[in-house]
Amino acid sequence: MQRWSRFNIASIVIGFAFLYLPIVLLVIFSFNESKLVTVWAGFSTKWYVQLLHNQALLDAAWVTVRVGLISATVATVLGTMAALAMTRYTRFRGRMLFSGMIYAPLVMPEVITGLSMLLLFVAIGFDRGFWTLTLAHITFTMCFVAVVVQSRLLSFDRSIEEAAMDLGATPVATFLQVTLPVIAPAVFSGWVLAFTLSLDDLVISSFTSGPGATTLPMRIYSQVRLGVTPEINAVCTILIGIVAMGVLIASVVSRRREIQRVKDEQAAFAH
Amino acid sequence: MAKLGSALFNRLVIIIPYAWLLFFFLIPFFIVIRISLSETAVAMPPYLPVFDLASGIGGIIDNIKQFSIDNYIWLTEDALYAKAYISSLWIALVSTFLTLLIAYPVAYGMAQAPNTIRPTLLMLVILPFWTSFLIRVYAWIAILKPEGLLNQLLLTLGVIDQPLIILNTNWAIYIGIVYSYLPFMVLPIYSSLEKMDHSLTEAAQDLGCTPIRAFWRVTFPLSMPGVVAGCMLVFIPAVGEFVIPDLLGGSETLMIGKTLWNEFNANRDWPVSAAVATILLLILVVPIMFFQHAQSKADSEGR
Amino acid sequence: MKSLGSIRRSFAPWADPKSVPFIAVKNVTKKFGDFTAVDDLSLNIYPREFFALLGASGCGKSTLLRMLAGFEQPTSGEIILDGQSLAGIPPYKRPVNMMFQSYALFPHMTVENNIAFGLKQDGMPKADIAARVDQMLKLVKLDKFAKRKPHQLSGGQRQRVALARSLAKRPKVLLLDEPLGALDKKLREETQFELMDLQQELGLTFVVVTHDQEEAMTMADRIAVMAHGKVVQVATPPEIYEAPNSRFVADFIGDVNIFDGTVSSAGNGTVEIATQSGFTVRVASAELPAVGANAGFAVRPEKIRVGRDRPACAPLNAVQGEIWDIGYLGDMTVFHVKLKDGKVIKASSLNAVRAVEDPIGYDQEVWISFDENAGVVLKD
Repeated sequence: MQRWSRFNIASIVIGFAFLYLPIVLLVIFSFNESKLVTVWAGFSTKWYVQLLHNQALLDAAWVTVRVGLISATVATVLGTMAALAMTRYTRFRGRMLFSGMIYAPLVMPEVITGLSMLLLFVAIGFDRGFWTLTLAHITFTMCFVAVVVQSRLLSFDRSIEEAAMDLGATPVATFLQVTLPVIAPAVFSGWVLAFTLSLDDLVISSFTSGPGATTLPMRIYSQVRLGVTPEINAVCTILIGIVAMGVLIASVVSRRREIQRVKDEQAAFAH
Repeated sequence: MAKLGSALFNRLVIIIPYAWLLFFFLIPFFIVIRISLSETAVAMPPYLPVFDLASGIGGIIDNIKQFSIDNYIWLTEDALYAKAYISSLWIALVSTFLTLLIAYPVAYGMAQAPNTIRPTLLMLVILPFWTSFLIRVYAWIAILKPEGLLNQLLLTLGVIDQPLIILNTNWAIYIGIVYSYLPFMVLPIYSSLEKMDHSLTEAAQDLGCTPIRAFWRVTFPLSMPGVVAGCMLVFIPAVGEFVIPDLLGGSETLMIGKTLWNEFNANRDWPVSAAVATILLLILVVPIMFFQHAQSKADSEGR
Repeated sequence: MKSLGSIRRSFAPWADPKSVPFIAVKNVTKKFGDFTAVDDLSLNIYPREFFALLGASGCGKSTLLRMLAGFEQPTSGEIILDGQSLAGIPPYKRPVNMMFQSYALFPHMTVENNIAFGLKQDGMPKADIAARVDQMLKLVKLDKFAKRKPHQLSGGQRQRVALARSLAKRPKVLLLDEPLGALDKKLREETQFELMDLQQELGLTFVVVTHDQEEAMTMADRIAVMAHGKVVQVATPPEIYEAPNSRFVADFIGDVNIFDGTVSSAGNGTVEIATQSGFTVRVASAELPAVGANAGFAVRPEKIRVGRDRPACAPLNAVQGEIWDIGYLGDMTVFHVKLKDGKVIKASSLNAVRAVEDPIGYDQEVWISFDENAGVVLKD
């Protein structure tokens, strides 16, 4: 029986073309000589050169990276704790509310989250700026981390923790020496996810940031509203390039590790 | 001592994230509701009465006495808001359906793919998710414009002789939502199809089903948890979507996320936008609870 | 081999040259890329036979079963069922049904609907379906569980639902893929007999795939022992056990001691083999290998006697050794006897009485011996 039929292949090819074609076109037109984004007038890197002189854009990029690094790190700690709470303690007071607060931000329209956080900051008299932005990002990204780590913890063999405690490790030592190393890949991918979500966010950032804390998406958005320009294409291409590089490195590393593991196993069996 | 440490550790693991979410996620909703009951004022913050804990219990009671539902009355009086809610729900519904239509065959094809290439396919679905949402929406402007790439292609091929007007219509919004949310639909469907025992469809065929009937009688019903999760992941955020209607939908489009944004940023009417948000939240609370229930159920089954 | 013809029932269509096979597998080969799963295999299975395909995992038995069900197409060769070639007939049009190893019960349907599933596909009238489902539920003793979902049943109950579902359409042949593999030992033994009774009652042809030799021996009329995509031996369980045709089969089925040596004489229905363990065995054998050829002698543990005294037949069919290990199993005791050349022989003796005075103990010098018809000659 042919499971991988022509219909299957066709639907995947069409689906992936749909996913990737717009991005590819965007990248191509970032190298366009002409200012008109849709008419090809020859190859040029002049838009990239221009970017280097756009100080506002560079400042925004720097803000975005700082917010991303801080919020992803704190969100990873909080999200991992939340995932542990969700998987390890099936009964505690208010667990329903807790799981609700983990899942709701995943689907909550950003305008609501953004507005509500802004109103909180105003109510407590916290001046909007870099730190309100960071707090907001921590809050919505920690839920994504929690979900990623939780899915790993669900398939976690708890007997290795029991073994560690049986051998005399305290719960904290068990967590640090046994649990954390095992779930580390999930925690790491949670961090990466939180970081990219933070880099990407426009709506929540617009609500919660203040003067002097303009992020890259906010800057791009205000330019996009004025029209499509090759310069924005160039910014986008650089961002896509960074992400693609990251994913590529991650997959090469994990592929290497996988090959090494297979080799080790073969060596072990050869004895 | 160790026991004490362990109890403390267990407590903190729950308490810290719990407290964080209570303070930064849940309490803000109550503030939204409270402000939606205030009156607009030309001040900073631009609403009355201002929340002031210093005035003690009596002050709070005084505050409550000043609450008004004027903002909600305002929302019902202006048909714009009702239209915006209905049109948001409708657009989200249509887009969710279209996303399902495209995502299901892709997820199915991936689940049928040889084991060796599945991780690659999975990565290819997730990859666009890592690139900026804003960039992906932006990319469509250049494609859908009247003089854009799609029209150029179709005109050159002779399929049409007049440029199609897609940008700034609902169709552009559908395309934008389907495109942006496709991975959210593909992934849960794929994961429910992938863990399905292949011998189930074989059993159905063995008992006399043609492959197509076996799909409808066995495979599709069993993938329903994935379909439901995917639809929720697309529908709920799509209702309150702002970026896509703003960039692709043009000025004519009515979507509640955009209305809220304008009310807040352009009109600086915080109480009205808080009321808009409160009603939107009430509309979405049922699907959100349904989604959370489905997720917890899936988690406890995976346990 | 007539002396071994103690067949369980007087049912032996394969011995009758006039009987027509119900399933004929003719020179079937199945390749997956470079890998040959089934290699030029031919088999005949007769009506009402309980036929077992036995082998280790990867021997091609499941592939053969899946070709019968229609989930795989032979690369070459053909399969004929009841006089009709199955080539190109999709699984859903074949008059055979399969019971899956995982049971493959539809988790979203009740027991009742699982059983009715196949009947609905045939467009049977509703009343008839209900009647048939009822009948099947009674047959597998699950009438009280009709409205349950599969996850509310025990392993044994699920197995019976799967059985009822595959029998509901009254297939010409029922294919069973490791039908008892997921059950625990005690339940497995009970279910073996239930399956046999059911097969007798319904008069159906059963083809079962298993890696469990005990299961195959208990249930099957005939067993095909498979290895590397080929059938090594097809015979009744007693024949397979008592007269294995090869070292592989002798070793695969049950416990066996194999002595290697060279044929020293052959004739008159007996063969003598000088073994490497320093003694000569004399075996009754219909087939006579050439003198001087290498040969093996296989003898089962329960056919070896262990005693302190030198047996009368010595030096033929007897050799001295030392008790190396003793395993007391209750119904019998297993001795591991170490011979002078270091070879360890397994011998088992039935504990027919409750207590023995001065039982054989560790490190004692003993004689092992066996009769002339206790074992078989294996040609290399």
